[in-house]
Amino acid sequence: MSFLVLEDISKVFPTAVGVEKFDLSVERGEFISFLGPSGCGKTTTLRMVAGFESPTTGKIILDGVDITDRPPNQRNVGMVFQSYALFPNMTVAQNIGFGLKIRKEPESAIKQRVAEMLALIHLEQKGNSFPHQLSGGQQQRVALARALAIRPQVLLLDEPLSALDAKIRVSLRAEIRAIQRQLGITAIYVTHDQEEALSISDRIVVMHEGKIEQVGTPFEIYNFPTTRFVANFVGSLNTAEAEVVDPQGGIVALHGIRLVSTSDLKEKRKGDKVMIAIRPERIGFIAEGEKENVFEGRVENITFLGSVVRLQLRVGETIFNMDTFNRPSLQLPGNGDTIRVTCSSKAVLVLSE
Amino acid sequence: MSSNARIVASGGNRPKPPSLRKSPPSFAWLGVLPFLLFVVLFLFLPSLSLFVGGFQDAKGNFTLENIRGLFTPFILNAYWVTIKISLATALMGGIVGFFLAYALVAGGVPNWVRSSLMTFCGVASNFAGVPLAQAFIFTLGRVGLLTVFLREALHIDLYEQGFNLYSFWGLSVTYLYFQLPLMVLIITPPIEGLRREWREAAENLGATSSQYWWHVGVPVLMPSLLGSMILLFGNAFGAYATALSLTGGLINLVTILIGSQIKGDVLHNPNLGYALAFGMVVVMAVVMSIYYVLRRRSEYWLKK
Repeated sequence: MSFLVLEDISKVFPTAVGVEKFDLSVERGEFISFLGPSGCGKTTTLRMVAGFESPTTGKIILDGVDITDRPPNQRNVGMVFQSYALFPNMTVAQNIGFGLKIRKEPESAIKQRVAEMLALIHLEQKGNSFPHQLSGGQQQRVALARALAIRPQVLLLDEPLSALDAKIRVSLRAEIRAIQRQLGITAIYVTHDQEEALSISDRIVVMHEGKIEQVGTPFEIYNFPTTRFVANFVGSLNTAEAEVVDPQGGIVALHGIRLVSTSDLKEKRKGDKVMIAIRPERIGFIAEGEKENVFEGRVENITFLGSVVRLQLRVGETIFNMDTFNRPSLQLPGNGDTIRVTCSSKAVLVLSE
Repeated sequence: MSSNARIVASGGNRPKPPSLRKSPPSFAWLGVLPFLLFVVLFLFLPSLSLFVGGFQDAKGNFTLENIRGLFTPFILNAYWVTIKISLATALMGGIVGFFLAYALVAGGVPNWVRSSLMTFCGVASNFAGVPLAQAFIFTLGRVGLLTVFLREALHIDLYEQGFNLYSFWGLSVTYLYFQLPLMVLIITPPIEGLRREWREAAENLGATSSQYWWHVGVPVLMPSLLGSMILLFGNAFGAYATALSLTGGLINLVTILIGSQIKGDVLHNPNLGYALAFGMVVVMAVVMSIYYVLRRRSEYWLKK
């Protein structure tokens, strides 16, 4: 049995459904991210694991024990809040030692654990500081140490980096991941930032309107989105409606252009309308001898995005974005030029609704 | 020398450093002038007049007689009774008012109920003097509505059981009518300022509700609680009309004593009245100093 099991969880609020039929098994030491837009139910699910919300239906099983009806203070689950939630009247050391003090651990053990935690977050010199004397990043590290000090079975992180500036966010997320790996603790991380989820997680749970859209590794989620929502939410994507030409051969037609896809079309019939998706970086300039999935596009706009150059192409009535690496040797067409581009059959995804 | 010469020589070609221009004088302070004028006219000058008057006799000569008079047993007792009643109503009003405010904030009452209650508190906290005394006499006096109802319908005789509206505790109950809503009004915003995440973080770390309040809630609120209670103390300490209307001078309060010295009946001695008022300022200054020390201690986490 998995370490943490969320079994058929749902949460109904008086005015809306928060979470619906949520099933997830998390292995010990795994880092899972709940990814989705605001209001998709990711924080509600996390709060149900923490015990701050009660599921309307379903069970939460942690290490074989049903904790669904346990109050939050009896779950041994650590939580890091978006707003840090450090106790303003306590020093950093007192904050970190709070959970141990409540558990009536001996003073010497608390002192030792606090020192360990301060070393873990590299804030050894700040033990006697008060939260208002720390930067946002430092406060969040203290919040992480406080949550870890009690040796929780699961660490929950509710958008812990969203209040921080971009640079700190990147460095701190790497630090969180390193600490999680070092301690081997099971972690659930809530975020609406796809880059954050992709970079930090073992697996991602993409949520939309209270339901799971897709569960998979960052690689799977990015490269093989199974639903239109996931495809659109994770990374940028070109989508267009195409017509099935040959279900067995995986061939669709887009404005008369034949495109071969490796996606399964066997359940479709000839003439069916399907939604296809191609990532901008999977479209490239045509190489010599390339014949499959070649099509023409008129350059509408060219945008420099630093390491990447984005070309906006008009293909029939559809606008496609194409990304190419920015190198000094890159020869770009001009606006209005018609160019021939290509993509592999693996790049043409057929989405379920 | 040579470096100086180089500087001088090159100085001609260099752009002139921007001159340090003085920012235009600000007249923003003029906005506070009416307030300062108000403070001078209605606080500073009257206080000065009390202070000077306290050290003068009826003819305007300097004397310490009035100050000496403050230390007579009768006047010392008046101060003690006034302090006791202020302390009692500040503590009772503070504690009960805190729980009322907390119930209002955390009780999940509908917004319209909450805003109605806050409006009522605003009105009730200013309801004092003769009307309040009369209201209590009609309700809890010997033949008051509630007294009679309890006696006739429930066979509970308040006065038989030791209650007396015209006593120390009767007056305290009457004061609580404006002390409680005042406490609710001023402590509600700080209670609302307690962040839900603090409570959740404490629970998540294993704390019970009472442990959260002991370690986090009360310490964070302490500066506001102390500030509110000192306001209640001052509010009761300076009350005059309610006590006079209710007890007619049966209870020996400093404010009533000042009134009888200045109004000029049997005990006419305005200068002693000034000295009594000066004594009240001293008592308030002492209380404020104690409050300041306590507040500094309770705010240790903000001062570092």
